[in-house]
This record gives sequence, structure tokens and C-alpha cells, in this order.
Amino acid sequence: MGLYNKNFVSRESYRFSHRQSVGLVFLCTLFGVAAQYFIKTSGMQTSGLTLAALLANVQLWAGLSLYGISTGLLILALRDGELSLLYPVISLTYVWVTILSAMVFHETMSVYKIAGIAVICSGVALLGKGKSA
Amino acid sequence: MTTPLSSILLVFTASFIGSFGAVFLKMGAGRLHREILSLLLNWRLAVGIALYLLSFVFYYMGLRAGELSVLYPMVALGYIWTMVWSRMFFGEPFSARKIGGILLILCGVALLNLGNR
Repeated sequence: MGLYNKNFVSRESYRFSHRQSVGLVFLCTLFGVAAQYFIKTSGMQTSGLTLAALLANVQLWAGLSLYGISTGLLILALRDGELSLLYPVISLTYVWVTILSAMVFHETMSVYKIAGIAVICSGVALLGKGKSA
Repeated sequence: MTTPLSSILLVFTASFIGSFGAVFLKMGAGRLHREILSLLLNWRLAVGIALYLLSFVFYYMGLRAGELSVLYPMVALGYIWTMVWSRMFFGEPFSARKIGGILLILCGVALLNLGNR
């Protein structure tokens, strides 16, 4: 199937291949971690919960919007892909959180963490290889 | 610090609810097409998102009391539920590759957890 439908007003839309769906979940986890970062640093845990403070908190809104985008990407991926293959790919979140903690919050990297990242990535690669036969 | 049974049950419930969230998202996503009403009137997507939020509340309550090293890998239970529901509701077959991928991810999460001690 080509990239565009012959009839643009057709209700049939473009279908993602398995790899593209995995790519969408990959993006979904990146947006999800960015959202977590913004919400964590928005200071909502410490500041008082007044409505005005909530509405004026740009960080919080940025975080929530990023969560929205993340969920949208997951829904798009699930439309065409196999749920049982795509759902575990969300575990990439653990990888990003570990890398972000090391880079931004200067947590120490250990051999275990590096091994964990490598093993999770290999698991995701196995799931991303193609549709199950 | 020990992990109370209530925490384990809460996280267990959360993984169960979250896996159904994914099932509803998939059902709703299959009914999307190029018109905004198919998104706005999509109750399956709404139920999916609501279940996700609910599972988040359960995780949060569970993780407050218990030990992360016990509870964090339990999150991965959700992958196993999802594999079972995917077969029941969408006819997605179990395969060696799928099970292998999930096992690798579980090992990876356990390793990350060792690194966090």
C-alpha cells in the first residue's frame, strides 16, 4: 500500500507497518518521560494546591500536554499493531528514566544499570523484529 | 522495611486494571478513522484512558508503603496479562519470540533494580 490513498476523502487511512508501530511506541515513551520530568520539576508536590497556582503552573501544563501526545501516539500505534507485541515496548520508559537520572540528576551509573538497559533493549528489539508468525 | 501484603495486592490490582486499559485503547483505536467524531464519541478510548488513570492511583497507593525492589518488577505482570487478553480478544498468538522478549525485559527491569540499591 502506498503512502497516500488514491482517494483522499476516503475513510480508510494510512496503515502503519509493524516497525512503524514500534517506532510510534518508542516516541510515546520519550514523550512520556519528558512529561514525567516536567511534572516532577513543576514543584506541585511542594507548593500549596491553590487553583491559581495550579493554573499558572506552565511546567505542569507542559507535562500534561506531553502526556496527551504520548497517549495519542500509543493509540495510533495500537490501531494497526499487535497489542501483545507493542505493550511491553513501553518498558523503554525504564531505560529513559535511568539515563535521565544519570544525566540530569547525576545519579551514579552502575554495571547493573548498564546491563539492565542492554537487556531491556534486546528484549524490545526481539519484539520489534516483526509480527509473530 | 518489609512489603505489606496490602501493597502487593494493590500493585497486583493495578497491573490487572492497567492491562484492561490497554485492551480498551486497542479496541477504541481500531474504530478510528478520518473524522473527528470517531475520536470524540469513542467511549472505548475514554474507558481505556480512565482505566489507565485508575491503575496509576492503585500503583501510587501500593508503592507508598512497600519496598520498590519487590513491587517494581510486579509492574511487568501487566505484560503477561496483556499477552493473555490479546489472545482472547484479538486472536494474537503466543509465540516463542514474544515470550522471549517479555522475559528479557523482565530480566532487564530486575537488573536495573539491583543497580538502584
